[in-house]
Amino acid sequence: MSVDRDARDSQLEVRVWRGGDEGRYQPFEVPRRDNQTVLDVVTWIQRHIDPTVSYRFACRVGMCGSCAMTVNGRPRWTCRTHVSKVAGDGKLEIAPLANMPVIKDLTVDMTPFFEKWQQADGVFTGSATRHDDVARIKPDMPARQAADAGIECINCGVCFAACDTVRWNSDYLGPAALNRAWTLANDTRDTANSERLAAISRDGGCHACHSHQSCEQHCPQALNPTAAIAGLKRLSMKAFIRGEIG
Amino acid sequence: MSLPIERRRNTAYRHDGLWTAALIHRVSGILLACFLPLHFLALGLAIEGEAALGGFLRWTESTGVKFAEMGLVFLLTVHMLGGIRLMLIENLPWRPGQKRAAMTAIVIALVIAALFVVRII
Amino acid sequence: MTELRLYILQRVTAFLMIPLILAHVFVIFYATSNGLKAGDILARTQGSVGWALFYGLFVLLAAIHGAIGVRTVLREWADLSRTTASIASGALAALLFALGMRAVIAVVMPGGAL
Repeated sequence: MSVDRDARDSQLEVRVWRGGDEGRYQPFEVPRRDNQTVLDVVTWIQRHIDPTVSYRFACRVGMCGSCAMTVNGRPRWTCRTHVSKVAGDGKLEIAPLANMPVIKDLTVDMTPFFEKWQQADGVFTGSATRHDDVARIKPDMPARQAADAGIECINCGVCFAACDTVRWNSDYLGPAALNRAWTLANDTRDTANSERLAAISRDGGCHACHSHQSCEQHCPQALNPTAAIAGLKRLSMKAFIRGEIG
Repeated sequence: MSLPIERRRNTAYRHDGLWTAALIHRVSGILLACFLPLHFLALGLAIEGEAALGGFLRWTESTGVKFAEMGLVFLLTVHMLGGIRLMLIENLPWRPGQKRAAMTAIVIALVIAALFVVRII
Repeated sequence: MTELRLYILQRVTAFLMIPLILAHVFVIFYATSNGLKAGDILARTQGSVGWALFYGLFVLLAAIHGAIGVRTVLREWADLSRTTASIASGALAALLFALGMRAVIAVVMPGGAL
C-alpha cells in the first residue's frame, strides 16, 4: 500500500479494536476525504487493507442503527458521524459498543440488550380483535404525546452502551427497555400495565436509574429515556401506594 | 508474539456536566457517611462533661480545621441540593435544563460554603 | 426489603431531612459566627426536649438514608452481592444510629457529666 508522502497530513491515524472482549487496537492509515464518515473509514480499511476486520452496517444512511460503535470513547452511529467532527487532530479510535459481549472486532452480541427488553415487558398486549372498532386515540392526549416522544427507538443499543448504571449493575434493564416500557404504559390500548409495572419495579428496574442522562445525550433519535424512566418511577410509586405492587 | 493487553476506552463521555454532577453527589454522600461517625464521637465527648467537648472545640479553631469545616458545609449543601434536583425529576413532570440546574446547585453550595468560612476565619 | 421499598425509604428520608438540614446549617452559622463555646452550646441543648426530638429524628433519618446510599455504592462500585451489601450497610446504619443517639444524649441530658 503506497503512501503519498506529500499527502501525509491528509492521512487519518485510525486505531481499530481487534479481537474479542480481550484484544488490542490495530493501527491503520486511511486517506482523509471531504464528507467522510467513520463508517466510510471502517469500510475503506476492510476493502483496501485488511479484509478480516468484522463490523456491522446496513442502511448507511442513519435509519437502521446497525453501525453503532464506540468512536473516540463515545457510542455513536458511524454512518452519521463525520470524521471532521470527531477527528480534528486526524486521530480516530474505533471500538465495539460497550456493555455487551464482543463477538469479533467491532461486532457485539446484542442478546443481553434484547433479553432485558423482554424482561421489562417491552411487548404490546392488546385485547381488541379484528371485529372490534379501531381504537380512538387523539394524538394530543397527554398519554399519547408521552408515548409518541419515545416510540422512535430502533434498538440501536447506543443508550445501553452509554449508560453508567448498565456498566455498574448487571441486573439493570437499561434505558432502551425501560423507555419502551414507558411508551407502552402510556398506550391506552395496552392491557398488561400492572404486570409491566411489576416487571420494571424489580431489582434492576427503573429505580436503579441515577438520571445521569448519558442515554439522552447520546440517543441518535433524540429520545429521552431519563424522562421516560422518571415517568415509570412515578407510575410505580402510585401503584405501590395503591397496593398493586410490592 | 505477545502483545500487551489493551483496554477499550469508553470514557470520553465522562467529561459531560451531568456526569460530574452525579459524581459530586455520590462522592459527597460517601464522604458525609464517613464523616458522621466522627462527628457523633466528637459530640459524644460532652458525656465526659463540658471540658472534654470544650477541649475538642478549641482544636477546631485552627485554620486548617476551619477550611475542612467549609468543605463539610459544601458537601452537605451540594448533596442536598443535588438530591432535591433528582427528586424533582423523579416526582414531577420532566423539565429540560438539567445541566444548568445541576451547575446552579453546585455554585450555590460553593457560595454557602464560602460565606461560612468567611464568617468563621 | 425489595429494591422498590429501599428506593422509597431513601427518598422519603431525604425529603424529611430537608428542613432539618436547613435548620442545622442555620444553627451552625449562628453558633460559629457568634463564637459560641462548648458551654454556651450545651447550655442551650441540655434538658431541651425540642433539641432531643430534633436531633433524635435527624440521627434516625440520616442513619437510614446514609446506609441505603452506601449500599448502592457497594453494589455498583465494589461489586458486592445484594446480601453482602445489605449486611455491610445494615451494620453502618446500626453504627450511625448508636453513635448518633449517644451524641444526642450527650448534649441533651440535663446537668452535665454522668
